[in-house]
Amino acid sequence: MFQRIREMLVKEFIQVLRDPRMRFVVFLMPVVQLVVFGYAVSTDVRDVATAVYDLDNSVASREVVARFVKSGYFQVAEYVVTDDRARELLDRSAVRVVIRMDKGFGDDVLRGRTAALQLLLDGTDSNTAGIALGYAAKITQQYSKDVLLKRFRRLAGAAREQGWVELESRAWFNENLESRNFFVPGIIAMLVMLATLLLTSMAVVREKEIGTMEQVMATPITPGEFILGKTIPFACIAFTDVVIITVVGVFWFGVPIRGSLLLLFGATAVYLMTTLGIGLLISTISHTQQQAMMSTFFFYFPAILLSGFIFPVANMPRVIQWLTWLNPLRHFLVIVRGIFLKGVGPEILWPQLAILAVMGVCLLWLAAARFRKTLA
Amino acid sequence: MKSFSVRRAWAVSRKEFLHIRRDARSLGMAVAIPMLMLVLFGYALTLDVDNVPVVVWDQSGTRLSRELVARFDGSRYFSVVGYARTYAEVEHAVDSGRALVALVVPRDFAQLVESGRPAPAQMIVDGSDSNTATIAMGYADVVALAFSQNIAVREMEKSGMPAFAPPVDVRPRVWFNDDMESRNYIVPGLTAVIMMVISALLTSLTVAREWERGTMEQLISTPVKGPELVLGKLLPYFAIGMFDMLLAVLMGKFLFHVPLRGSTVLLFAIAAVFLVGILSMGILVSIVMKSQLLASQMAMVLTFLPSFLLSGFVYPIANMAKPVQWISYLVPARYFVALMRAIYLKGTGLEMLAGQAGLLVAFGAVMLVLANGKFKKKLA
Repeated sequence: MFQRIREMLVKEFIQVLRDPRMRFVVFLMPVVQLVVFGYAVSTDVRDVATAVYDLDNSVASREVVARFVKSGYFQVAEYVVTDDRARELLDRSAVRVVIRMDKGFGDDVLRGRTAALQLLLDGTDSNTAGIALGYAAKITQQYSKDVLLKRFRRLAGAAREQGWVELESRAWFNENLESRNFFVPGIIAMLVMLATLLLTSMAVVREKEIGTMEQVMATPITPGEFILGKTIPFACIAFTDVVIITVVGVFWFGVPIRGSLLLLFGATAVYLMTTLGIGLLISTISHTQQQAMMSTFFFYFPAILLSGFIFPVANMPRVIQWLTWLNPLRHFLVIVRGIFLKGVGPEILWPQLAILAVMGVCLLWLAAARFRKTLA
Repeated sequence: MKSFSVRRAWAVSRKEFLHIRRDARSLGMAVAIPMLMLVLFGYALTLDVDNVPVVVWDQSGTRLSRELVARFDGSRYFSVVGYARTYAEVEHAVDSGRALVALVVPRDFAQLVESGRPAPAQMIVDGSDSNTATIAMGYADVVALAFSQNIAVREMEKSGMPAFAPPVDVRPRVWFNDDMESRNYIVPGLTAVIMMVISALLTSLTVAREWERGTMEQLISTPVKGPELVLGKLLPYFAIGMFDMLLAVLMGKFLFHVPLRGSTVLLFAIAAVFLVGILSMGILVSIVMKSQLLASQMAMVLTFLPSFLLSGFVYPIANMAKPVQWISYLVPARYFVALMRAIYLKGTGLEMLAGQAGLLVAFGAVMLVLANGKFKKKLA
């Protein structure tokens, strides 16, 4: 039996790795992708292109503008004096924000009335707009507070000071809030899933499509051995990819790895059971490689989007959140991010590990059962 | 050599149409996948941050500290999910992901405020999701500042000073997307991404399949020429792609109520140009790779992640590192996403979009020429 599995493994390895282009796709592509995306994904909002539309031009209005600039979040691209120009800049996406202060802004501030600061934001990118709005609110609040405290001091004399709350924020696990640290572990999970799903499902279906499946069936190999022979090579490739990506992520991008490497590989093994199981399942329901690929895609696309890789699961509607429990990627993401950034161990990650293990066993069993039927 | 024959190209198209029709499942998926994705993601995906779970460790336990906590809980951005009494409890809540934010109010909080000094309150944020963390920190600052302002005003009133209105009030007006609905931002972009991936995947297998099954030799023995074959293969998938586009636009309008402010004709014209480019790219991959497994891997790599991450669909291109910004010029989805958003939300016309549209046309032309060129050689 081991003899037969070995023969099968040798054949599969030769078949996958024979083609130099395939070697490139399997081993180098993940690195290229990791490097490009490591540099690409950044949700940090800085230097938002801003137009200043200051009709008041008083001490107060200039100070507000100076505070916006000093914050580092806004960069004044142009001072405008007409509505039309402001509109044109927004239309052309030359600026994302217009700060507008009407005549009388400084007067209002001086006389203790509420002065209006108008912000025009380009909402096409609602995420950036929201973050920019948050920064703007913070800057003007700070200004308001300073004006108030100054007024308080003037009226109350030096006898009394007014206390305030100072929020000292600290980000754990990712001190500088680098989006890269958040994404690189996620990319591991994503690429491993893509490689195993697509390679497994198509490798099996190709035998059917080209007609070599009948030759395989004529040999004394059993379905169980066939499945092992088809999955082990891709599991090995996936592990190699994990190692490559981890090494590049840690040494090139300086992503911290705070938890145990052993746990990472153990969890990867459990996760691979689920992706290989799904790949095999797809192969049992597909007759052509095109069908296999479309089915893979049908699963892969939602799996990525509903995993929390980009869009936080907590923000999704309840029903969809329940649905994401069926997504192995979601659980694995929690595990890799936990290991990489938080450095937590099995004592915290056990629920995810358990779910993945149960899913993996069920999927593999289901795939094997269906596989026997289609072979018979 | 006779020139391009429409009849022969049409024959190839018919054959391809038959292939597609016979494989009902693939056809069904080519239409169903985009629809399903749009429904699912139009409803599910949002980067908006609401109700961030907070765990509170209130060491002060005074009226003032409770007021601060109530302010956090009362804003729609935070919701208090639990109270901790030790540092270990705080740590566990953040480690396990039960809370994204921990608010620690020190013992001498109230005394400090009352004696007129700054009182530090510590906020610990789970920074692993940097985007959510940034947004949450921004909200928290605003809440704390409003609280400070509030106690200042109250103190002034108490000591008999005239009441003051808050000095400056921010009045944001969001253009193009008044309620900052992320759906309005996601649906046009998502349509672009789905179109890109589906169409490249569809065509990436067509030529490789002929090679793998050995039917390519039969095709070579017929009088059909390279460009005829490429165009013939392109046409059926072009029809499917445009049908997908039509469905996506209809769904955007009637299901998601995303405003379509610009010209519908322009939208479809640009989609057509984009489709030709992507389909040609798929065929090019198929011609070069000759194996369905390789071709599909390649098509996924070339379309999926780039159209997702480098197109500006989720991550603004302006925030990326410079070299990556240059690379993104090679991703056609970049132009398509920008054009879709501009037409949908801003309602701008061709005069402002000419540059982007021109690049898209150039991409389509280059891909079409490359696919044709590569193919001739292989046939000979």
